[in-house]
Order: sequence, then structure tokens, then C-alpha cells
Amino acid sequence: MTMTDFSIILAGFGGQGILSAGRIVATAALLDNHEVSWFPSYGPEMRGGTANCGVVISDSIIGSPVINDIDVLIALNNPSLEKFSRQVKPGGVVIVDSTLVTSVPEREDIKFFPIPASELANQDGNMNFAVVYLLGCLSAASECISQEKFEEALKDVLPARHHHLIPAELEVFARGKTYANVK
Amino acid sequence: MTKRVLMKGNEVIAEAAVRAGCRHYFGYPITPQTEIMHYMARRMPEVSGTILQAESEVAAINMVYGAAAAGARVMTTSSSPGISLKQEGFSYIAGAELPAVVVNIVRTGPGLGGILPAQGDYFQATKGGGHGDYRNIVLAPASIQELYELTVEAFNLADKYRNLVMILGDGTLGQMMEPVAFRDEESIETVAKDWAVSGRQGRKEHNEITSIYINPDIMEALNNKLQAKYREIEKNEVRVEVLQCEDAEIVITAFGIASRICRNVIRQARAEGIKVGMIRPITLWPFPSKTISAVASIESVSSFLTVELNAGQMVEDVRLAVNGSKPVEFYGRMGGNLPSQKEILEKIRTMAGK
Repeated sequence: MTMTDFSIILAGFGGQGILSAGRIVATAALLDNHEVSWFPSYGPEMRGGTANCGVVISDSIIGSPVINDIDVLIALNNPSLEKFSRQVKPGGVVIVDSTLVTSVPEREDIKFFPIPASELANQDGNMNFAVVYLLGCLSAASECISQEKFEEALKDVLPARHHHLIPAELEVFARGKTYANVK
Repeated sequence: MTKRVLMKGNEVIAEAAVRAGCRHYFGYPITPQTEIMHYMARRMPEVSGTILQAESEVAAINMVYGAAAAGARVMTTSSSPGISLKQEGFSYIAGAELPAVVVNIVRTGPGLGGILPAQGDYFQATKGGGHGDYRNIVLAPASIQELYELTVEAFNLADKYRNLVMILGDGTLGQMMEPVAFRDEESIETVAKDWAVSGRQGRKEHNEITSIYINPDIMEALNNKLQAKYREIEKNEVRVEVLQCEDAEIVITAFGIASRICRNVIRQARAEGIKVGMIRPITLWPFPSKTISAVASIESVSSFLTVELNAGQMVEDVRLAVNGSKPVEFYGRMGGNLPSQKEILEKIRTMAGK
């Protein structure tokens, strides 16, 4: 699909794998021959503190890597939802880890997909899967990342010693997709 | 085309330096550029290079002086407060005419400031900072690909002119990831360094690297030589991108990350029927005054808008270049805040009377 400055914000606590998940989305888009930028919140961040990153995907030169208007917000805690949900474009998408995000965006003009990602990951016995459920949902809700490119990106980004996890990650990704059908 | 890989700006700087033949890196960590040193710590041993965490920024720049005097390709990197500490060394490097590459990934100031992106070091980078009549070549990349190209270029320019070359980035460029395509082989312009203090190597006289000249005539002669070199650099090395200025009513001037934001603004403004163009200086010194002056003489151009992440620094050079022929307005944000496209567009609408 063609994209013009399609912008995604992933936000939550440090340690949830948000920056890595953003990197996988960006890599998948690059492997799909799009232009892409990835920009993290940086600074005195720490485990348990807030963290976010923005990914811009486009088919022409990307102007600013800094996002003002969001196409898709993926929020993994309440402060992130509160901070960013107002910047989501009308018609945009908000995906939340509903195990951790108890509030609901006060907007009628967006598509809202809550997934109990942390709970599901906990059942799977691997908390790193939480973001993968969310990325699966992203894939179904926006078409900006296909399962095929997700797999290629994983191979690209993950160190070889983690490659044995890829089949499980793909399964989680596929399950994440199904949550985009629920309103 | 070679494969494009996704990399962080800071890491690209380090990789580009190694590819350009830099085998000596001296630094002291400071956010938002510490990843350069991290990367170097891993990469330099692979090419039998030296990476050393100095005891301070002052020590690091003087190690640069030493390695450059011995003829090595050498780099140090820091961020604003650390760069301030290095200024004495920059002046000595200018006086001794040594080739060196310095990267400033600018954060906010004055003082210890904060770690977020800013462009408040423009004056310091382009007008001196250290004492005496000297100039550093200052390169201002706006993308990760350009960060790579210009880092390689910085080493070539430094050797060519025996001059310090500074790469002026900011926290955004240092921290962001974008695709970069590395060349299979770098175009390294090797220059014979027969002036280096690397042993007599069969010469009758030993070489001397110094910046102390007590005799006023000798000191003045050195200054004249430096000034002649600076005029030569001004003649040969101006780099600038001109974007959609042919029919523009309003011309934006912006460098680095500010120019990236303005790129989007141009698209939006033109969609609204306001013809906006942009001049993006890639060399901040030598400054593209002639290009700006030429664009100012285009009839359709009614005014200029300089956008910076500071209180208005490059705008002074733009005004000198425009020389009163058209009004030059300014929009800036400080403290680590980036101007939004909306803010700049609003300013453009006001200027266009819409």
C-alpha cells in the first residue's frame, strides 16, 4: 500500500519493549521499500519510567521525524493514553494493552482496540509477547505491517540467539490480529 | 544500490568515521551523543584503532591535537557544554593548522541546560567560540544518510585544508534512526602530510607544530595565511540545498532538523496556495550568502522566514546576505521544544496575509 507520512506512536513504561517494537515496525516498513524514521523519547529515562517512540512511514522523503498528528497510537499505560490520545487524527486508531490501561479514550471519532496483551503474554509465560500481540493488532487495524515483513524484520533485528523464538512470535502476532475485529 | 540499513544517527557518525579512515577517537560521554563512543568502543578494536575515554573534554581535545599533529585521522565528539570546554583546543588547532573532526550533537543551553535537541550553538560553531581570528568549517546534516556522507566528507575537508571541521547536529539527529546506505568503498582523499611530527623520516630538519609566535610580523603572516585559506574555503566549499524557490513568495531558511520540519510545512502551504520555498545551508560556515542574496533578488520573493531551534542566530547571517532588500522574519523555539508544523504554517499564513 502507499503511505504518506503514516505516523505511529508506541508509548508506555520503560522495559516493556516499546523502543524495540517500534524498531521492528520501522524495519518491516524499510524491508517493504518505504521511507521510514524512528525517533525515541530519550534522556533520564529508566526502567519503570515512561518511554515512547514515533515511527513515520512514507513513500516520499519524510519531513519531520517528530510526530504531531498520530495515525496509530499504541498505549501500554494510562499516562500514555492520556498524553497522546488527543493527538490522534480523526479516523485514527488507538490500540491499548487493556491489562494495564484501565481508561478509555474520550473520543467518538477514532477506532479503539483494547487487547489484554499483558494477561495473554503472562498466560504464554513470556511477557515479551505483550507488544507482539499489540503489533499483530496493528497489522490488522492499519495494514502498515504485514506478517511476512514482521517475520523478516524479526530476523533482521533479533540477535541470532533469539531466532528460535520467531515461530512462537509469529503465532502470537497472528492471534493479535484477531483483536482488531472486535469493536 | 547497496542495502539500506536502519541505524541511529550517533552510530552512523561513528561508523562513517571509521570508514573514512579515522583510527583515533578521544571523547568524554555526554547525552545525547554517548552512543558514538559506545559504538567506537566496539568498532575501533576491529580496525586496530584507538578509542580512549579521556578524563575530561579538555583532555580529549588536546589528545586530538596530538594525534592530528602526528598526521592521524582523528575525531572527538561531544554535546554543547562539553563543546564549550573544548573551545581553547579548537583555537590551538586553528593556530597550528591541524586537521581534526569534531561533532557537536547540540542540546539546550545556556549552562548545563537539558538534553533535548536545540540549535543554540550556531554562534559558537560559526563565529569562533575560542579566541583569535579563526574559522571552523561547519557542516549541518539534516538526515541520517547525509550525516554519513558529511562525516566522511569532514575528514577529507579537514585534511585538504588542515582545518578543524565541525559537524553540527542536534539531539534529534543523534537519537533518530533512518535508513542509511553505506558505500562499498569510501572515497578517501589521501593528502601527503609532510608537515606531521611523525619522526624526521630522512628529512634534514624536524617538523614543528606550534601556535606560539612571539614576533608580531610572523604572527601577522600566519594570520594572513589563515585568512587566505579561509577565503579559499569560502570560494570552494559552500554547500546548500535550494528547494522550490523559483516561484516562491516566501522563502524559508533553516538548517538541520528545523529544515526537516519546514519541508512538511512547504508541502502544506503550497496545498493552501501559498508559494513557499526553502534555502537549506548545508555548510553553516562557509555560509551560502551568495545563494541567499540571489534568491532575494527573485521578483516573486516577498519575504524570508528563518526557522531555528534558538532565539535567532543564523537569522543574522541571512539578514546580512539579504542586505535589506526583503524583510526577514524569524520563528524559533527553545528549551528542547521543536516547533510544530502548525506553528510554522500559522506564521507563514500571517506573513502571506491569509
